[in-house]
Amino acid sequence: MTPTRKRRLILISLVIFGVAVATAIFLTAFKDNMMFFKSPTEVSAQDYPQNRSFRLGGMVKEGSLKRIENSLKVQFDVTDYGADVAVEYEGILPDLFREGQGVVAIGYMASDQLFVAEEVLAKHDENYMPPEVADVLQTQEQP
Amino acid sequence: MLPGIGQFLLVLSLLLAAALTVLPMLGYARNSQTLMQTARPLAHVLFITVMASFVVLVVLFVQQDFSVLYVAENSSLELPLRYRITAAWGAHEGSILMWVTVQALWISAVAKFSQSLSLSQISRVLSVLGLIALGFVAFVLFASNPFETIFPVPADGRDLNPLLQDFGMIMHPPLLYFGYVGLSVAFALSVAALIGGEINEQWIRWSRRWTNIAWAFLTMGIILGSWWAYYELGWGGWWFWDPVENASFLPWLAGTALIHVQAVSERKNAFRGWTVLLAIIAFSLCILGTFLVRSGSITSVHSFAADPFRGIFILVLLAIYSGGALTLYAFRANQLRSRDTINLNSRETLLLANSLIFITATFTVLLGTLFPMIFEAVGKKISVGAPYFGLMFFVLMIPMAVILPLGSQLRWHRDDMLAAVKQLLPYFIASTLLTVVVWLIFKPLNIRAIAGIYGGFWVLTATLGQWFKRPGRATAGFIGMSVAHVGVAVFLIAMSMTEHKDIEQDILMSPGITKQVGGYDFTFTGVDRVKQENYQAQQGHVEVRRDGRLITTLNPQKRFYPKQQMPMTEAAIYVGWSKDIYVSLGEAVNQEGAWAVRIYIKPMIRWMWFGGILMLTGAIIGLFSARIKRQEDKQRDHVMAQQLKLS
Amino acid sequence: MKKIVITLIPLAIFVGLLTLLFLNMGYHNETVPSPLIGKPVPAFELPQLYEKGTLTEQDFLGEPWLLNVWGSWCPNCLYEHPVVTDLAQSGQLKVVGLNWKDEFENADAWLKRLGNPYDTILVDYKGNVAIDFGVYGAPESFLIDANGIIVHKIVGELTPDNVQNEILPKLAQLK
Repeated sequence: MTPTRKRRLILISLVIFGVAVATAIFLTAFKDNMMFFKSPTEVSAQDYPQNRSFRLGGMVKEGSLKRIENSLKVQFDVTDYGADVAVEYEGILPDLFREGQGVVAIGYMASDQLFVAEEVLAKHDENYMPPEVADVLQTQEQP
Repeated sequence: MLPGIGQFLLVLSLLLAAALTVLPMLGYARNSQTLMQTARPLAHVLFITVMASFVVLVVLFVQQDFSVLYVAENSSLELPLRYRITAAWGAHEGSILMWVTVQALWISAVAKFSQSLSLSQISRVLSVLGLIALGFVAFVLFASNPFETIFPVPADGRDLNPLLQDFGMIMHPPLLYFGYVGLSVAFALSVAALIGGEINEQWIRWSRRWTNIAWAFLTMGIILGSWWAYYELGWGGWWFWDPVENASFLPWLAGTALIHVQAVSERKNAFRGWTVLLAIIAFSLCILGTFLVRSGSITSVHSFAADPFRGIFILVLLAIYSGGALTLYAFRANQLRSRDTINLNSRETLLLANSLIFITATFTVLLGTLFPMIFEAVGKKISVGAPYFGLMFFVLMIPMAVILPLGSQLRWHRDDMLAAVKQLLPYFIASTLLTVVVWLIFKPLNIRAIAGIYGGFWVLTATLGQWFKRPGRATAGFIGMSVAHVGVAVFLIAMSMTEHKDIEQDILMSPGITKQVGGYDFTFTGVDRVKQENYQAQQGHVEVRRDGRLITTLNPQKRFYPKQQMPMTEAAIYVGWSKDIYVSLGEAVNQEGAWAVRIYIKPMIRWMWFGGILMLTGAIIGLFSARIKRQEDKQRDHVMAQQLKLS
Repeated sequence: MKKIVITLIPLAIFVGLLTLLFLNMGYHNETVPSPLIGKPVPAFELPQLYEKGTLTEQDFLGEPWLLNVWGSWCPNCLYEHPVVTDLAQSGQLKVVGLNWKDEFENADAWLKRLGNPYDTILVDYKGNVAIDFGVYGAPESFLIDANGIIVHKIVGELTPDNVQNEILPKLAQLK
């Protein structure tokens, strides 16, 4: 083996080793952090990952938003007009969270009936807006 | 009238870009000096026409010409003048026009500052750049025309998205475009080199300056984007691994690999094929990023008008540019074969390793971003959580930080690896001690925070140590490298502190109530109403005290923009040397004036961005070294030409 | 030869990536079908904006019609207004407005200012019927056939483009 060849061999084996390690870590990291997206219909048919987080997407059902007195806890239903799922969340909801608006909640099923959200996302969308927002402010403007 | 002129200028630009693509390349193929000489003037004229059309768009905004759809959609009578101007690139159509304008500016600059290239080289480079401009001008004209008019003319416009009425967001896209477009120069050089089957040190040195500038802009753009998300989105996060963010981060990663490999290939005949390939990858990722952001293929919390036709258009451009370049690479790369052998015990090897780490990082981020698409193809909807990216990045940055000081310690060509490692020993000890001290002060710290801080001190002490022990005068290249590496260290330490020692609390606060968070007392004194030019707001007042002493009063706002029917959270931030205190309003909880208030304490977050600024400063300092070298080269070329004449 | 195989790798990866992206565009081109498409119009009984008396879904049987959800508060309704007007004036189908979550004074002023393109305007200020229709926001439009079956739905504004390429072809199939 010439020195050049030998060097190249060392280099290539180093690269292969690196790639193998990276792939192994990649696969584990990926497996642990992959999140499924489920609709309320799927969830009510018990089609959701057990004991791990997933994303629940749909519309916030009109009239379903309830605040638990003197806390930051809220409850609301997410619907796809086929089925509803009750969601509980503690914290501040995003600006564009509204009843009748699209929402994605990240969390897990605490029981067959209740989804506990750790994070709630409402999509920013400047072209498409329900009227509640305007209502809220109009009423606030006339104290 | 005016919209028609803008439109006409775009058509003219399309024709000019087509001419710039065809004529110089034809000249190269036929070896015709006359045709090749058209390249530079064409480049300048192209810039003038594109720039003029952009100016027309700005004027339309200033004049409030709502007969233009794009103006009507992104401006309104109440919008202040400064935002009317910046609205010109606020939404999709205008921002693509700005891209094209920046592209044309860059092409013109390349034509001007390329005296060290031969006519055959520069005509090929400009022709490739012309092809890129052609595609994007066509994209503006056929898929996102900002001059499209509407009838009947609305009396008022829809107003600019409130998120975009902000300095950070105004500067963010242009900076990214300067970065993207700057990388197109390195790309064009690669393609030109592959077409001709030749490349030399001087040519790479020339392109390296452009890469440095592009990389600096990209870094600045990413820093601003991160800063903006931090104070404007109201969640206090600085990086979300959102597809839109990844779209700008991918070219940065590949660009970082490219810069480091160019440091080798500009010096010796090595890594030529790899340099060329990295340049192609970096620019391809810019286009891919644009595709991801604009096509709506990937769900993101950031919104952009999604349009399948635009997506297909960009995809076709990507297929032509990157597909073409990679095909050329497949069949021509072997002609660029590097002749110099590389000694394993040299700085070159470490730089190669660096580029491999960064390319691996690029691919892991890319995979994480695209995996939802792959799953969608089999009918499953998934997303990849931020922890995946965080973990992968952490894992990849460990070897990066470990080898960095070794790379700058080792000499070019050939060195004694063992001796170099021995010389690093004091820094190893110093960084270990510093890390232990930090741990004692700030414990508990988790393993990732410790690793990040350790890595940061390791890079910091070694870089400073090497600075003081350097033999002779520091060259601009050395200064640039050291500054950038100190930036890496500052970033690593600050990021570890911000990520792992921050305090985030959502609290229910009634007026008059005081809550303690992270050693500070926060007193909520209530909310009142404020009215501004184009929004109304509810403004909260929170007094921040430490040991009874008033530090500051923070006034976070909940804004409402009536035209866009859009609420916005405007956080109030107290900026300190060691930490930020960040307060934002959630929502009114009851009739008695209680609000949900978000209180964050973010240690060292400013230092993180400062680290980024140091990195880009390093890249800019590096430019000057290249200039000195170029002058020397010119001198040498001159001398050689004289000798040739004599013989 | 071996050399070329190695340099072909980036191209191969790129082609794979491009295929994925193209395929994915295909998925996104199909709009998510509303669960209501192919189903009868939800039963309703609504008052009208300008006429007395209420109407139900039964009153619209016999010819295809378009239900356009709008409100005077809705900026995008302003932008689709010319398109709705053109479509209504072309006489190809009956255009019915559903004035959603609005107030009479505002709605009336809006129509007086811009013109009233609608054949009939139903009023749903509480928004209950809109929920049955699965309305996400305004504007939104439903194409309904002579038998009261929902044939197509446009989320967001009507544009010359989606009228030409979606509404009119679907309408032609009905006739």
